[in-house]
Amino acid sequence: MNYKDLLRKDKMPHIWCPGCGHGMVLSAFLRALAKKDFDPDNVAVISGIGCSSRASGYLDFNTLHTTHGRAIPFATGIKMAKPGLKVIVLTGDGDSTAIGGNHLIHAARRNIELTVIVFNNNIYGMTSGQYSPLTPHMKLATTAPYGNIDYPFDLVNLAKGAGATFVARSATVQPRHLEKVIGQGLDHNGFSLIEVITQCPTYFGRKNKMGSPVDMLQWQRENTSTTGKEGTIPLGIFAQEERPEYGENYFELIKTLGEGKSGE
Amino acid sequence: MSKKLIQGNEACVEGALAAGARFFAGYPITPSTEIAELMAKKLPRVGGVFMQMEDEIASIATIIGASISGAKAMTATSGPGFSLMQENLGFAAMTEVPIVVVNVTRGGPSTGTPTKASQGDFMQARWGCHGDHPIIVLAPSSVQEVYDLAITAFNMSEKYMVPVVLLYDEVVGHLREGVELVASSEVLNREFPTVAPANYRPYATGDGLIPKLAPFGSGYRYHMSGLSHDETGFPTGNPATIENLVMRLNDKIENNRKDIIKYKAIDMEDAEVILLAYGSPLRSAQQVQKQARARGEKVGLIQLLTLWPFPHELLTDVYAKTKADFIVPELSLGQLADEVSKSVPRDKITRVNRNDGALITPAQLEQVLKGVM
Repeated sequence: MNYKDLLRKDKMPHIWCPGCGHGMVLSAFLRALAKKDFDPDNVAVISGIGCSSRASGYLDFNTLHTTHGRAIPFATGIKMAKPGLKVIVLTGDGDSTAIGGNHLIHAARRNIELTVIVFNNNIYGMTSGQYSPLTPHMKLATTAPYGNIDYPFDLVNLAKGAGATFVARSATVQPRHLEKVIGQGLDHNGFSLIEVITQCPTYFGRKNKMGSPVDMLQWQRENTSTTGKEGTIPLGIFAQEERPEYGENYFELIKTLGEGKSGE
Repeated sequence: MSKKLIQGNEACVEGALAAGARFFAGYPITPSTEIAELMAKKLPRVGGVFMQMEDEIASIATIIGASISGAKAMTATSGPGFSLMQENLGFAAMTEVPIVVVNVTRGGPSTGTPTKASQGDFMQARWGCHGDHPIIVLAPSSVQEVYDLAITAFNMSEKYMVPVVLLYDEVVGHLREGVELVASSEVLNREFPTVAPANYRPYATGDGLIPKLAPFGSGYRYHMSGLSHDETGFPTGNPATIENLVMRLNDKIENNRKDIIKYKAIDMEDAEVILLAYGSPLRSAQQVQKQARARGEKVGLIQLLTLWPFPHELLTDVYAKTKADFIVPELSLGQLADEVSKSVPRDKITRVNRNDGALITPAQLEQVLKGVM
């Protein structure tokens, strides 16, 4: 299947700014998905609120654009009521780690089969550049005009600590690597989280004098590494374990109860 | 059919299951917790899903998701949790996803008095979400009515594609009474689209104003969003399209007030005084009205079963015919009486209010009645 066939082309052009990395993430996601054997009728893409979360509207699946931070619990209900669906959550750094942080760690703890792709551009773009829980210390934002005194989460460690059974990080400067780890996340039987470092030239980049979109990708190239180069942000797969999936456990319980005594 | 002695919250579970509820997500909170506990026990035995979530926001989001997949889904909570659910209650109203939210009310504001009855959520149940949204609120006053209205709540939710709140106070929730566990009405299910997927527009409704939303995974791929949207479900900034949407959302309920508004009106014909109530205050009002009639006093009783949409046409009509004085007992500072005053002159309404966790007793109402007669 050609990944372009999975787009709602009549919804183009998209709303993202020139040079934004979100289209690169979406394209890597669709390339990964097109290589699988999913029937688009059985794929549901759920998003929250923010720049990244507009992605769901451009995709020709069952798509749901929810409230801010809540994509994961909406997705949980969709998945548990219809376990045959492949359910994917597209979300941003603010959506998933600030207002939606609680839902993220609990879905990871349950090990429910959802593929969560976090578009991490280090900023709230939709509201024009406020700092998020993934904005690095002392970087500038409209609500951190003297530098961000907060310390950011390490999302990979957060997800691992919460019990996610597949955790990966990639970046828009590595489109092949990105496609590969998203594909592995889609294959994973359990909760998978893929953090994607993506550039926001309009707000994060401009505020922090990071230059053009190309300069921001160059920054990524110099400051990330798939080989563990010292002093860089590591990319790769950081957790990949098999553990019984939440829905499997639940439906096994139903089966056991059905086979046992009828109860009250 | 023999009656079974059960608690209001148990009757709620029995009614919901009889209506076809097969998905529950919730978070523990007094005085509604028995509903979650019983659902946890019963749902897996009928092939349904029970989930205890991390909070009330996740609870309502998860049941909306389940309903989008086609399940009849509900949650149960109390005041503080109901406050947390408001944003997503509005999402369900906007996207027209049927869900049932049970609010077993307790004293407020804030943490308030968790184990005592209150009716301070009367207005929150109607106007808690931002924006001009539709909602239906049903209010049982007995354990039998909890069972019956739990079924009605699912039916109305599926029929009108709207969230329905089942609102009852702690006393009704924990009261034990004999109940006939037999559905008094037929179980209704949402309609499915009849057009081919290629021609499907999820929010194109025709005259009935009610959309036929296909469950996710049924071959109809479409987009659903809390943003103001057109008939295809995609966001719009067009003022005419936005107005059409908001008007249709509200009109689909307003045009069906006759079907939705349920009440009991007793001894209206010659009434000089009318007691009007719902929930635990109604139980005292029932006794006082009966005693007054036995004494030959011309006292009537109106029991509200549907709180929202509010039955203004009923009250306007009753007042025009009787010119009666109204006594409105409620466990709040006058949320109900204020709404009644839109249809009945303020100087004809006697308010009986309590907000201390204690009940309005028949003796207290008798005193008030004496003063009015």
